[in-house]
Amino acid sequence: MDFSQQIAQYIVTGLTIGAIYAIVAMGFNIIHNATGIVNFAQCEFISLGGMFMYSLVVLFKVNLIISFFISTAGVALIGALIEIGPIRHARSKEIIVLIFLTIGLSEVLRGTAQEVWGTDNVGVPAFSGENPIHLLGGGTIVPQHIWIFAITVLVMLLLHYFFKKTLMGKAMRATAVNRRAAALAGISVNRMTLFSFAFSGALGAVAGIIIAPISTTSYDTGIMLGLKGFAAAILGGYGNFAGAILGGVILGLLESLGAGLVSSQYKDAIAFSVLLLVLFLKPTGIMGYGEAERV
Amino acid sequence: MNSLSKQKDIIGFGALAVIIIILPLFVESKYYFIVLNVIGLNTIVVVGLNLLIGFTGQISLGHAAFYGLGSYFSGVLTVNYGFPLWPAMLVGMLATGAVAYLIGYPSLKLQGHYLVMATLGFGIIINILMGELEQFTGGHDGLMGIPPLTMGGLAFDNDLKNFYLIWSFVFLCMLAARNLLNSRVGRALRAISGSEVAANSLGVNTADYKVKVFVLSAMFASISGSLYAHYITFISPSSYDFHYSIQVVTMVIVGGMGSLWGSLLGAGVLTYISEALHVAKQYHVIAYGVFLCLVLIFLPEGILIGIYNLFLKAKTKKHIMKADRH
Repeated sequence: MDFSQQIAQYIVTGLTIGAIYAIVAMGFNIIHNATGIVNFAQCEFISLGGMFMYSLVVLFKVNLIISFFISTAGVALIGALIEIGPIRHARSKEIIVLIFLTIGLSEVLRGTAQEVWGTDNVGVPAFSGENPIHLLGGGTIVPQHIWIFAITVLVMLLLHYFFKKTLMGKAMRATAVNRRAAALAGISVNRMTLFSFAFSGALGAVAGIIIAPISTTSYDTGIMLGLKGFAAAILGGYGNFAGAILGGVILGLLESLGAGLVSSQYKDAIAFSVLLLVLFLKPTGIMGYGEAERV
Repeated sequence: MNSLSKQKDIIGFGALAVIIIILPLFVESKYYFIVLNVIGLNTIVVVGLNLLIGFTGQISLGHAAFYGLGSYFSGVLTVNYGFPLWPAMLVGMLATGAVAYLIGYPSLKLQGHYLVMATLGFGIIINILMGELEQFTGGHDGLMGIPPLTMGGLAFDNDLKNFYLIWSFVFLCMLAARNLLNSRVGRALRAISGSEVAANSLGVNTADYKVKVFVLSAMFASISGSLYAHYITFISPSSYDFHYSIQVVTMVIVGGMGSLWGSLLGAGVLTYISEALHVAKQYHVIAYGVFLCLVLIFLPEGILIGIYNLFLKAKTKKHIMKADRH
């Protein structure tokens, strides 16, 4: 394989993982826009998606497509329960308290997952076989990469349609802009918050499910993926949907090229160093709305 | 600062000093000495972190890295380069402070949760470097043979001596934090935690104070890290991972954000729980998570003030019920 083929391979891998980050970043953004909090339980949504899928497909031999939807719905339900229970009933509504609460919930979920599934990495079968497909440039990809791209694009289109065209989507956007005004206009802010958690759960689950056949999955696989999804969200401009996609793709490419060309041990360090750099140079992120509020 | 709370502080610190001096008389097993020493080390980190969380409302998820920088500066400089012990600790502290400044300055100029991301990313980078820069740090196998600290002719080479050393630092750090909070800086910080906008409009440079507190809290963590390295004499990257950052944050919250004595309590309770769960390590994560959630949901002021408030509430309720009956 010559150099240009290698580069092509890294780019494909980078785009794949970037797509995952973009979905996760979207989950962070939706909750951030609805509530202003950083939801660290997003990391666990990813792990749970992967582990539900593993249980259904491998342990219970359920059909792949059915498993996909059950797993996604299951994690969305967990997201909703998190909102209905702890988040809604916390005695303090301060943002910092709620952020810490999501950290605590994340620990509880991860600890429970460890009890249920153990600590081993487990595999999930690819959606349509493992036969590599040869690309025009000479590189090869497995079909799962195509599934990841296709599902990511589909998810993005659905989200776009939902937020731009449906009444509920518009209501959620209104809530993001101004909670009080939205409430005055008759929008149930509580319900919008609930939906945002369920959506983020579903998004995290989808990310965890589609990456599992490539990278295997475990009870804590979501930590790194989730934190990098958060990084992608900040990179693109926190709260900005187009930014989430761009941030995810950039982060994925940097990481993959960094791992291939520099050193695979340092790939996470490279990704986060770039993030720090962006944070310092343009803290609003690449697609951030104007100037971040200076205090 | 009124004279009443000054008096309370004098009593508090006096009691702390007495307890530190006489406690070893009642501790017999080596195990409990280790637990107490780890509580002390964690308290130093938590007191510093609580200044940041409690008074500026900012979150750091990278304090494991500052703690680790202290450990690694002390360890690497003394083992590999034959540095004298205390200067190595000082170098570690200053370097950690400088790094914290570099991270804190840009991220704290902005409103919002940029510091979380910056510290989180930084923590992960440092943890990777600890494992990968093998020629300096010993890599994932860790760094062995770190000499114990000495003072005059006295080497702090057993649990009892380290108890006095570590807890002296706890005492000093708490005293420093208390004095800081009662100074001009402290008044500014309290103003910030009350209302940032109001503080700003009264001429408090809020961003500047936030950066200073962040740097200070990083330096506290670094001191604790150095003490840990010289006490245990062995360090490895796994002690400084993301989970440690979460642990100290949990201690701050359980003790009570913005509460100095709560920091001691939070570090004590949670360190003890971790040690008690040592045999069942898999419950570690759940225990921390459940504790964190329960306190946040029901006692967001922390257990010290929270339980006190509940007690007051119950008392007034009783009075009201009594009054009703009459």
